[in-house]
Amino acid sequence: MRWLLLLLLALLTAPLRAEEVVLGLSQDQVSISTNFDGSEIIIYGAIKRETPIPESDPLQVIVTVSGPLVPVTVRRKDRRFGIWINVDAVDVDAAPSFYAVATSAPWDEVITNTEDLRHTVSIPRAIRSVGAPMGVDEPQAFTDAVIRIRSNNGLYALKEGAVELRESTLFNTSIRMPANLTEGDYATRIILTRGGEVVSVYETGIDVRKVGLERWLFNLSREQPLLYGLLSLTIAIAAGWGASAAFRLMRSG
Amino acid sequence: MMIYLPIAEVSVNAFLLLGLGGMVGVLSGMFGVGGGFLMTPLLFFIGIPPAVAVATEANQIVASSFSGVLAHLRRKTVDLKMGTVLLVGGLVGAALGVGVFNYLKSLGQVDLLVKLCYVVFLGIIGGMMFFESLNAIRNTRSGKPLARKKHNWVHGLPFKMRFRTSGLYISVIPPLIVGVLVGILAAIMGVGGGFIMVPAMIYILGMPTKVVVGTSLFQIIFVTAFTTLLHATTNYTVDMVLAVLLLVGGVIGAQFGAVLGARLKAEQLRILLAMMVLGVCGKLALDLLLQPTELFSIGTAGDH
Repeated sequence: MRWLLLLLLALLTAPLRAEEVVLGLSQDQVSISTNFDGSEIIIYGAIKRETPIPESDPLQVIVTVSGPLVPVTVRRKDRRFGIWINVDAVDVDAAPSFYAVATSAPWDEVITNTEDLRHTVSIPRAIRSVGAPMGVDEPQAFTDAVIRIRSNNGLYALKEGAVELRESTLFNTSIRMPANLTEGDYATRIILTRGGEVVSVYETGIDVRKVGLERWLFNLSREQPLLYGLLSLTIAIAAGWGASAAFRLMRSG
Repeated sequence: MMIYLPIAEVSVNAFLLLGLGGMVGVLSGMFGVGGGFLMTPLLFFIGIPPAVAVATEANQIVASSFSGVLAHLRRKTVDLKMGTVLLVGGLVGAALGVGVFNYLKSLGQVDLLVKLCYVVFLGIIGGMMFFESLNAIRNTRSGKPLARKKHNWVHGLPFKMRFRTSGLYISVIPPLIVGVLVGILAAIMGVGGGFIMVPAMIYILGMPTKVVVGTSLFQIIFVTAFTTLLHATTNYTVDMVLAVLLLVGGVIGAQFGAVLGARLKAEQLRILLAMMVLGVCGKLALDLLLQPTELFSIGTAGDH
């Protein structure tokens, strides 16, 4: 009897899950080479469904791309003895090094607050802060500061209406990644919503890696730090000597 | 042309870095300062993470100082003996300084202390040099003889040694102490220490200005090389690509600087250096006194 009920329930909820994403990425790998100057990733896809398009609320699409989550320390300056010094510090447990959100309509129309909380979609939700230490007033100001500073650096972005959706079936958007990118696996999500409720979530990853000389130098500095340091010094001395010799030749010749 | 720095993990304009390197290189060759006290704040300003800026700057100073010292060696304006004595003190001081730095770091507020150090030392040294040189120039103009103090308390100490190039016969204790103190400050402030060393050599040891520059550069090479290795092996913050770009500009600049320096009169050279030191000091003091536009800053977790 219970099995039957479950089956019935599954059948009833099935139409809700019936819309799925078929995704394409212009590139699923970003190579950071010496002349890396940021990257623009085109995310496009279609919505696969076996039933006709439901007549209820229109379908909306949200695309999020998130860099690796890393803990950060946020400090606040205040005036003490006439000079501005750091007085408070709050540890933010995990903040993505990069976070971009694109939606197909204004924010209020695409997702409800509850669903945003559950799926951590918006920028403030993507930052996890367990709590400020005692004695720090307005802990929220510290999280806001992370968003403000990183938004100014082009690392955080919310683009309402940047996802182009056609016939509730085809969608495409582009995510701009700045030049000051860190390595890692960039989690990419396509969230489908109807009337603010999440209908389907599709997840994939974009691999951001250093390549060539960048990769080699980075690895050397971590695996053979002494050798790396000596190599840096050798280059420095050689350059110093070379310039000196060249300059002397130039002046005498 | 934008270039991605592998360790700093930021993308910057290569020509901007070459230009900065060149500008600081000219000053380095002219005044015998490594230029770190100018370059490090400039690197912060263009968005290089502070830890990487300090470590990479040490590496770049090795190159520009080496280039500069070769130019001075040819003109025989390096007192190798004095340089070695100062170096011994400097290495001891640098090791002590790193200890002090890590202790302050564990207490927090290391940024503030570094900045205050800059303001206090740059202010005192810049002010002293400025007025002293101004007086010297005025005296020369009015035809009075230059009163160079030949004998002060420094000359009464034991363990005397002859420094032929400098024309001095003094105790080794003052140069050793100067070396240690400069080494400590250099490690705390993340610079070669030339801007403290040069005035100390002139005013405390009584060395002739022409010899001071080359000798200071000679000593700086070793102290900064030591610092570079320390940073590379403990913090992994030396960015070779950044260093190469800075030093290509730097070494060329240092050559021009050495030639320019030789053409200027000692007093003019000193007053120029004094003005520059005071300028940087003023800028840093303003940063501390005026309300910053962004009160918040993001740092890596755990370093407070």
